[in-house]
Amino acid sequence: MKGKIIRVAGPLVIAKGLTNVKMYEMVRVGNLELFGEIIGLDKDTAAIQVYEETQGIGPGEPVYPLGEPLSVELGPGIIGQIYDGIQRPLTQLAIKTGDFLSRGLSLPALDREKKWDFEARVKKGEYVEGGDILGVVPETSALEHRILLPPNLKGKILDIKSGSFTVEETIGILEDEKGNRVELKLMHKWPVRYQRPVKEKRPPVIPLITGQRVLDTFFPLVKGGTACVPGPFGSGKTIIQHQLAKWADTEVVVYIGCGERGNEMTEVLIEFPELKDPRTGKPLMERTVLIANTSNMPVAAREASVFTGITIAEYFRDMGYHVSLMADSTSRWAEAMREISGRLGEMPGEEGYPAYLASRIASFYERAGLVYCLGRDKRIGSISIIGAVSPPGGDLSDPVVQATLRVTKVFWGLDARLAFARHFPAVDWLISYSLYVEPVSEYWRENISEDLYELRQISMAILQREAELQDIVRLVGMEALSPHDRLILEVARSIREDFLHQNALHEVDTYTSPKKQYLMLRNIINFYRKASKALDSGVDLEAILKLPEREKISQMKYIPEKDIHKLEELIYLIDRKLEELREGIKQYA
Amino acid sequence: MPKEYTSISRISGPLVFVENVENVKYGELVEVKLSSGEIRQGQVLEAYEGAALIQMFTSTQDLSLQGMRVKFLGHVLEINLSPAILGRTFDGLGRPRDGGPSIIPEKKRDINGSPINPYSRAYPSEFIQTGISAIDGMNTLVRGQKLPIFSGAGLPHATLAAQIARQARLLNEEEKFAVVFGALGITFEEANFFIEEFRKTGALERSVLFINLADDPVIERIATPRFVLSCAEYLAFDLDMHVLVIISDMTNYAEALREISAARKEIPGRRGYPGYLYTDLATLYERAGRIKGRKGSITLIPILTMPEDDRTHPIPDLTGYITEGQIFLSRELHRKGIYPPIDVLQSLSRLMRGGIGEGRTRKDHGDLSNQLYAGYSRGVEARELAVVLGESALTEEDILFLRFAQEFEEKFIKQGEYENRSIFETLDLGWKLLRMLPKSSLKRIRPEYLEEFWGRE
Ligand SMILES: Nc1ncnc2c1ncn2[C@@H]1O[C@H](COP(=O)(O)OP(=O)(O)OP(=O)(O)O)[C@@H](O)[C@H]1O
Ligand SMILES: [Mg+2]
Repeated sequence: MKGKIIRVAGPLVIAKGLTNVKMYEMVRVGNLELFGEIIGLDKDTAAIQVYEETQGIGPGEPVYPLGEPLSVELGPGIIGQIYDGIQRPLTQLAIKTGDFLSRGLSLPALDREKKWDFEARVKKGEYVEGGDILGVVPETSALEHRILLPPNLKGKILDIKSGSFTVEETIGILEDEKGNRVELKLMHKWPVRYQRPVKEKRPPVIPLITGQRVLDTFFPLVKGGTACVPGPFGSGKTIIQHQLAKWADTEVVVYIGCGERGNEMTEVLIEFPELKDPRTGKPLMERTVLIANTSNMPVAAREASVFTGITIAEYFRDMGYHVSLMADSTSRWAEAMREISGRLGEMPGEEGYPAYLASRIASFYERAGLVYCLGRDKRIGSISIIGAVSPPGGDLSDPVVQATLRVTKVFWGLDARLAFARHFPAVDWLISYSLYVEPVSEYWRENISEDLYELRQISMAILQREAELQDIVRLVGMEALSPHDRLILEVARSIREDFLHQNALHEVDTYTSPKKQYLMLRNIINFYRKASKALDSGVDLEAILKLPEREKISQMKYIPEKDIHKLEELIYLIDRKLEELREGIKQYA
Repeated sequence: MPKEYTSISRISGPLVFVENVENVKYGELVEVKLSSGEIRQGQVLEAYEGAALIQMFTSTQDLSLQGMRVKFLGHVLEINLSPAILGRTFDGLGRPRDGGPSIIPEKKRDINGSPINPYSRAYPSEFIQTGISAIDGMNTLVRGQKLPIFSGAGLPHATLAAQIARQARLLNEEEKFAVVFGALGITFEEANFFIEEFRKTGALERSVLFINLADDPVIERIATPRFVLSCAEYLAFDLDMHVLVIISDMTNYAEALREISAARKEIPGRRGYPGYLYTDLATLYERAGRIKGRKGSITLIPILTMPEDDRTHPIPDLTGYITEGQIFLSRELHRKGIYPPIDVLQSLSRLMRGGIGEGRTRKDHGDLSNQLYAGYSRGVEARELAVVLGESALTEEDILFLRFAQEFEEKFIKQGEYENRSIFETLDLGWKLLRMLPKSSLKRIRPEYLEEFWGRE
């Protein structure tokens, strides 16, 4: 069964003599026993992608098949962890082997010693099916870990007990349909390249609230939706991903640092335990799982990291939670595929990427969605995926961007010029879109306000008009514009600066509730409407623009959530001032 | 004793193919002995059963299919390390270039290093004062950061890098940096400029230099930055020193990589650079940083010249995707006679916010730099508009901003090559310039700070 290496080329190893291995089966490679995965079979040779640096490995060394595909361990203890691309716990690795990563180490992803308090929710004699909740473990103060019957099982509970268990101890016995006795445990394993089954996919319609104004109000995402965030370097992809990881209203967050900077993971590790979820008041780290396969870590494990992350996300979705998954950056993931494919000598497609690039990307985003989970209780769960894309030179014709846009429903296009102008988030309002605006507007109508959708549409129209007017100004100067057009320019500026611009680093501005977003936009558009009227009645534009109350509009973003009644008052104040200007005109006449 | 082989079957560019060999390991160091007795080094790029593809570190000139002896050394390319390395100059492959003895190793390290466990990193947040306003005030450098200089042919990046090396220090601390300098394919003059700089300022004893000049073998450059960074890791994490690494010019490195890729007939990526250029650069740049519980640090300033001043060229582009910002040099400012010609609008320090503010520099630093940036950006825009439509098309306020942009370039960005401004001088200078603008237009500054600093002369 043991095979023999016949070729080593970077992360790719070719071996022969591995009879009976399957595609995507795990192997250990060479005398150092590095982790690898079978990615190609050709007569008597097998192509293996190795998850660790292959330096020092050579032909003649052994390859040991492990008999199972790359899998993740699922059970209590995942939350708050930082794993590498194949779910090795980086914290434990650091303790065991020091500050630099060494090779050939296998450490269990879940702590084997730790005892968890398990409270059974099914009874002896009950019939259960895959996905049913056997019981719960309070994993963190923010999250109840629901222990599910693994998807492929079904039968009668012969025994189950509450109490304190490690992840490997038996919590109960199931008699399956064939009459076999199956031991139930707090953990189970799942192969990462296989989607976990669900009962039924549903069209996603509930907005995913991120607290980011340009996203929530202009280009909303939904729970179970998918978004693509492309942009050149320094345009703010990572900050958007971090903001979402912090403020998105999902119960679990899986953050994949895929081929990006080490310090960005450190930042999360330092910041998240300190930050509190605005809804639960619990530390954000207590709902977060980190996967870190940074740019200097082996590329094959980078390829795997995305699957490791999504499988963990599916596991929490199956419990009936809303999960959001951020992948920063999917371009590095695609490049990992390209590198392996190139070494395999596969026929390249566009830009050297493998021909299956688009289908791989599609099958990843397909794992998002709002679903009825397995199990008898019709739980609802969801995974939303937000993928950053880093195209060369910011060029959107890049194959990874294009393949991603074909399968995602929200496009937040980051623009270099906006980033230079320090307009953050640098989401370009002229090219970005959300295909969820219609369903979300239903939700807005019922939960926020009748007219939010209308306000958004007007704002978009004003911004479009601004772009046209700016072209004119560039050619012939400001003089050519009518007072009404100049008002539009002013209002557009206000929408951009007072609403869309949002400083992630400001303690208040970093998060805006939907209600406050609505009030802010309403005040801006109300100003526009009343000012137009005033112009129509002959009020001088300068007089309108000089109103000191406009200052209050630009300060709206810094008003804390607890004081938002001040925004309600602002509308009356502005109305009154503009009315006064109109009165002034009348008296004159 | 490793076996010697004579069975070279193919030589192409920097690549050598050897057959009938045994037990070859991927990445292992190879010595090829010429008939003249000269020994050249290479490494195994692909290991087959009974054969090996070798990438030479030096030229393949004079190599032939006959009469060569190839030896596989059983280990990867290593660097010899001991404290005696300080003050020494080596060539691009780590051999003494200063006539001194070889380093007697206390430690030997694989030049490729190992990735830092992301969990073990400490977040860089200690302000480094470079004495240069455009950096300290607007694009603050912190200890452990990787901040490249994006330059162009003929721009004064060397002068700037030398000034940084000379002046860099922590606030309230007299601790000095060790400097590790890597020359990659630069001219003798430029390399000599650095060496003389270090000598003049007495920094040479605290420096280690690895020099591969323009006329040295191109492919040696693949190894040089790895020697540089391995040396830096040793100084920082074994000897607890704060190390400033300057590597110039990364463009030459990327070109060497391209050459090897082409010789291997790999599918070329953009502009012929290999698809793995990003990953390859990342394995270098990510070696900078800080580690929890360790005293030392590696701050990395790679210099690269952008072909045709194009920032979307793969080398600056991929670098920008890896590093924590960039210092961008502008030909336009250089032409105007402004030194350092730092284009503040295109530059960025992503780690700035952790390194500034109350207790680090001064509480108004963040707002002030945002405001200077906004004001300058508006002024530059007004200037562009004025070029097309004339100043008469500008509003009164825009004209003020235009004047401000002018002064900002002349007074704030521009400074002497030997002028070392304290951060407080830089900040006060910023305030002085802001006073040219209407106070009400300074929206990026918190009202409290505006009150406190506006009236202060
Ligand atoms: N919402 C924001 N608020 C304030 N500053 C921001 C915001 N977004 C981005 N920035 C600024 O832009 C810088 C770059 O952002 P970020 O690191 O997210 O870029 P990126 O697109 O991920 O770049 P890369 O592709 O190189 O990783 C940040 O360091 C910060 O200074
Ligand atoms: Mg990023």
